[in-house]
Amino acid sequence: MSEENIKNLEEIFEARIARDEKIEPKDWMPEKYRKTHIRQMSQHAHSEIIGMLPEGNWITRAPSLRRKVALLAKVQDEAGHGLYLYSACETLGISRDELYDQLHSGKAKYSSIFNYPTVSWADMGAVGWLVDGAAIINQVPLCNTSFGPYARAMVRVCKEESFHQRQGFEIMLSLCRGSKEQKAMAQDALNRWWWPSLMMLGPVDAESVHTEQSMKWKLKRKTNDELRQQFIDQTVPQADLLGITVPDPDLKWNEETGHYDFGEIDWDEFWQVVKGHGPCNKERLSARVNAWDEGKWVRDAAMAHAEKKELNKLKEVV
Amino acid sequence: MGSRGFLWFLIIDIMSKKNWPLWEIFVRSKNGLEHRHFGSLHATDAEMAMENARDVYTRRNEGVSIWVVESKHITASNPENNGELFEPAQDKVYRHPTFYTLPDEIKHM
Ligand SMILES: [Fe+2]
Ligand SMILES: [Fe+2]
Ligand SMILES: [Fe+2]
Repeated sequence: MSEENIKNLEEIFEARIARDEKIEPKDWMPEKYRKTHIRQMSQHAHSEIIGMLPEGNWITRAPSLRRKVALLAKVQDEAGHGLYLYSACETLGISRDELYDQLHSGKAKYSSIFNYPTVSWADMGAVGWLVDGAAIINQVPLCNTSFGPYARAMVRVCKEESFHQRQGFEIMLSLCRGSKEQKAMAQDALNRWWWPSLMMLGPVDAESVHTEQSMKWKLKRKTNDELRQQFIDQTVPQADLLGITVPDPDLKWNEETGHYDFGEIDWDEFWQVVKGHGPCNKERLSARVNAWDEGKWVRDAAMAHAEKKELNKLKEVV
Repeated sequence: MGSRGFLWFLIIDIMSKKNWPLWEIFVRSKNGLEHRHFGSLHATDAEMAMENARDVYTRRNEGVSIWVVESKHITASNPENNGELFEPAQDKVYRHPTFYTLPDEIKHM
């Protein structure tokens, strides 16, 4: 195809998206669109399945059966989210194996938040409330993104996320209405998860490299800073209701702007964790790689069994 | 190809794939509605695809019936041919009831 031809196609393509038309896997698309989507969707999928690890850590130690079934169901949902997203990603012509390879080799990223440890039961509350809360804010706009399979996967994901956040908040609420020690646990969890949750919404706009293009393709509808402000504005009153304190001395309601002002985020910490030096980066990745490697014989055996069944069926026919 | 040769062809075909194949999942959300495409998943065979589809796509009563089809058996039209496939229908307005002008007094038509 000539350069001019491609330029024409690109213009038609961008116009379709501007008209709110959806792009489907077999449609012509610029190479950059394909690559950006593979990158973002696979990062998202990886985040969902790595995200199972910090919470999976507490399933056997949940304090009641009610909490245990909820946590199990939530972690199972995250596996499902990973799967919806991997299969949406595969429609762009990359195989599941390649996607796993990218994760296991460290080439692909996943959300940095999952590189923090879950050290107490209260963390199950804080993760559901804050981490799933921030994820929802990130994800809801994606239900209208331009790539059809991604948008459809996100509709399903968002429907399921709301239970995640509510069960987390309920855990926080029980702890805050409990003994002094339980309330202290909740406060400690908020102290540790607050800043990483704010970082989850991405670098400040001035340093976010993909924003403009992502806006055009509807991979983004609001900037990182707008999303962060939205998260803070809706979460602070919830902390007040719990009766615990957001660990930010500069946090203050601003009558004029109608928003909360907040303190400086430690972006050095963010970039350290992104680059692999967070508290649990190694542990998370090796847990994932081990699960994959140690499951190999099971996958092979299942395949061999299916092949044998198929052959036996064929032999009967022949 | 004789039946033996055909069998060996199939054996080689089956043996050569090492990854779990991809399946497309269709779910009927309630009786009276059609099966709708829900997504896809990897499984060794139809039975496993069915079990996984239940776990992945119907965890909250989303369905009363599931179809699984191995993706390679689906032939999809190519968007590049959309012109020849779908444009001819565009100028056939006479296939729609509004094409026909009738007096206002006519009821129930
Ligand atoms: Fe999720
Ligand atoms: Fe998510
Ligand atoms: Fe979640």
